[in-house]
Amino acid sequence: MTTGTSATMNMNWPAVRAIYRFEMGRFWRTAGQSILAPVISTTLYFVVFGAAIGSRVSAVDDVPYGLFIVPGLIMLSLLTQSISNASFGIYFPRFAGTIYEILSAPISPLEVVLGFVGAAASKSILIGLIILATSALFVPLRIDHPIWMVGILLLTAVTFSLFGFVIGLWADGFEKLQLVPLLVVTPLTFLGGSFYAINMLPPFWHAVSLVNPVVYLISAFRWAFFGKADVSIAISLGMTALFLVICLGLVTYIFRTGYRLKS
Amino acid sequence: MPIISISKLSKTYKSGFTALSNIDLAIERGEIFALLGPNGAGKSTLINIVCGIVTPSSGTVMVDGHDIAADYRAARRAIGLVPQELTTDAFETVLNTVSFSRGLFGLQPDPGHIEKILRALSLWDKRDSRLMTLSGGMKRRVLIAKALSHEPRVLFLDEPTAGVDVELRQDMWGLVRDLRQQGVTVILTTHYIEEAEEMADRIGVIRRGQIILVEEKAALMRKLGRKQLTLQLQAPITEIPPELSDYGLVLAGDGRELVYTYDTRAERTGITGLLTGLAAAGIRFNDLHTEQSSLEDIFVGLVREGEARA
Ligand SMILES: Nc1ncnc2c1ncn2[C@@H]1O[C@H](COP(=O)(O)OP(=O)(O)OP(=O)(O)O)[C@@H](O)[C@H]1O
Ligand SMILES: [Mg+2]
Repeated sequence: MTTGTSATMNMNWPAVRAIYRFEMGRFWRTAGQSILAPVISTTLYFVVFGAAIGSRVSAVDDVPYGLFIVPGLIMLSLLTQSISNASFGIYFPRFAGTIYEILSAPISPLEVVLGFVGAAASKSILIGLIILATSALFVPLRIDHPIWMVGILLLTAVTFSLFGFVIGLWADGFEKLQLVPLLVVTPLTFLGGSFYAINMLPPFWHAVSLVNPVVYLISAFRWAFFGKADVSIAISLGMTALFLVICLGLVTYIFRTGYRLKS
Repeated sequence: MPIISISKLSKTYKSGFTALSNIDLAIERGEIFALLGPNGAGKSTLINIVCGIVTPSSGTVMVDGHDIAADYRAARRAIGLVPQELTTDAFETVLNTVSFSRGLFGLQPDPGHIEKILRALSLWDKRDSRLMTLSGGMKRRVLIAKALSHEPRVLFLDEPTAGVDVELRQDMWGLVRDLRQQGVTVILTTHYIEEAEEMADRIGVIRRGQIILVEEKAALMRKLGRKQLTLQLQAPITEIPPELSDYGLVLAGDGRELVYTYDTRAERTGITGLLTGLAAAGIRFNDLHTEQSSLEDIFVGLVREGEARA
């Protein structure tokens, strides 16, 4: 899309607000479900990993195992929720045809992204906080760097919501919408050290883990909680920022070319 | 200055299909313009390009002086679109979805304006109903309400009355007339010729991606004001009596029919004179009927003619 003077001069904030509200509406409409689901799954993780396994794996780096898995659990949900919220959010209007209204409105690509990605990120952050609160029922929480924790939460939610947005634009069927989360994201998250420190792995698998981007996220997040990390925090944040930039680039490219949005 | 000027507009879809070729069209401020054409002619493609949903392959479109690409915000703000397909957010309520549209177009909420629109479209009682619980005709009205929510200066109605009952169609015609009173320019597509005949100020016919006719409806109707009187003769004749030669009569049906063409809007149609003349010539007839060509005839004629040539 080309920009003229009046196109760049001022943002269409009412449109951003309308899209954001509309997207959040779905979350609140099913509030019971939206809140209950993460509470139940967190409880299950604590029962299985915290109680059953944790009773054998006493502590990792002096952190009791039950507490050790909290950052990983939150990251796990944050990633999957961000991707699924954002991809569904933009895919569904394409599928249903209601996207016509957004395409015909005086909205810039940036505003569309702000509305959709902002809402998806908000939802997944809310869920992350719910998981954090639920965890507090099982273990005494400890957060060494709360501001960093919030910062990493935000960065991750925004980055992966953007990634989800790209998937939602790329997908041309509900199968594809599930494909990337199922085949790529879930395995990477499970193998990303949610439930163990990667230096507990044998050297070979430790090396393999270092190409998994999720490792850096979880490591950084865990550092915000306990002050200890698998890899350097600078590398972690750098990798996440890099991924954010890649996603931003993809979104920009998509809007420039009208790819999958306009014929 | 026309409110919409389209020049040298072409569209070739990725499939390689050329849906529009070299369209030039100007829509005047405040008029009701009806775009007619068979299925697949390119009506929706044309509308969707002006509204920003489809990207043109070449050519320019100006809306109220704003280029739809370079100055898309200003151009789109002026436009309301009611698409051909009925697409709605099933779980939203009527009021929410209409308010959402207003926000999308950058306007602050105005509950009074939304109420006025919903009342005008008999949707006010349904404002808290979810869209999935509405009938097709009501959904169509919701789409109109959405398009009007941001007070557009130009309204596109892509087949607004497809699958709509007679009563609702009358309501819609009324609505379009009201909008025109308020100075809104309306461009509609339809397959119902009587709709164009009833509503439009000007009519455009599009066929295979080309505009083949644009004319004032009144002028078109004047051409159509011609009527034919057919007389069934009691006994066949072989030639028209010379004293009736002024009437331009045509002999048909193996000499059993006389056809007289006249203009209904003329001062005198000449019918009385013709009948008197026939009586004087001793030609008797046992039946007669008249026929008036409609827009539909012209339209079908035009499209056929084009088809035969292509
Ligand atoms: N996305 C697309 N990709 C390829 N071809 C398309 C696409 N959209 C429309 N067409 C083709 O372009 C032509 C014009 O379609 P369009 O929808 O503009 O016709 P129309 O005049 O609105 O017809 P109708 O009266 O049926 O609504 C058709 O042949 C159609 O098949
Ligand atoms: Mg159409």
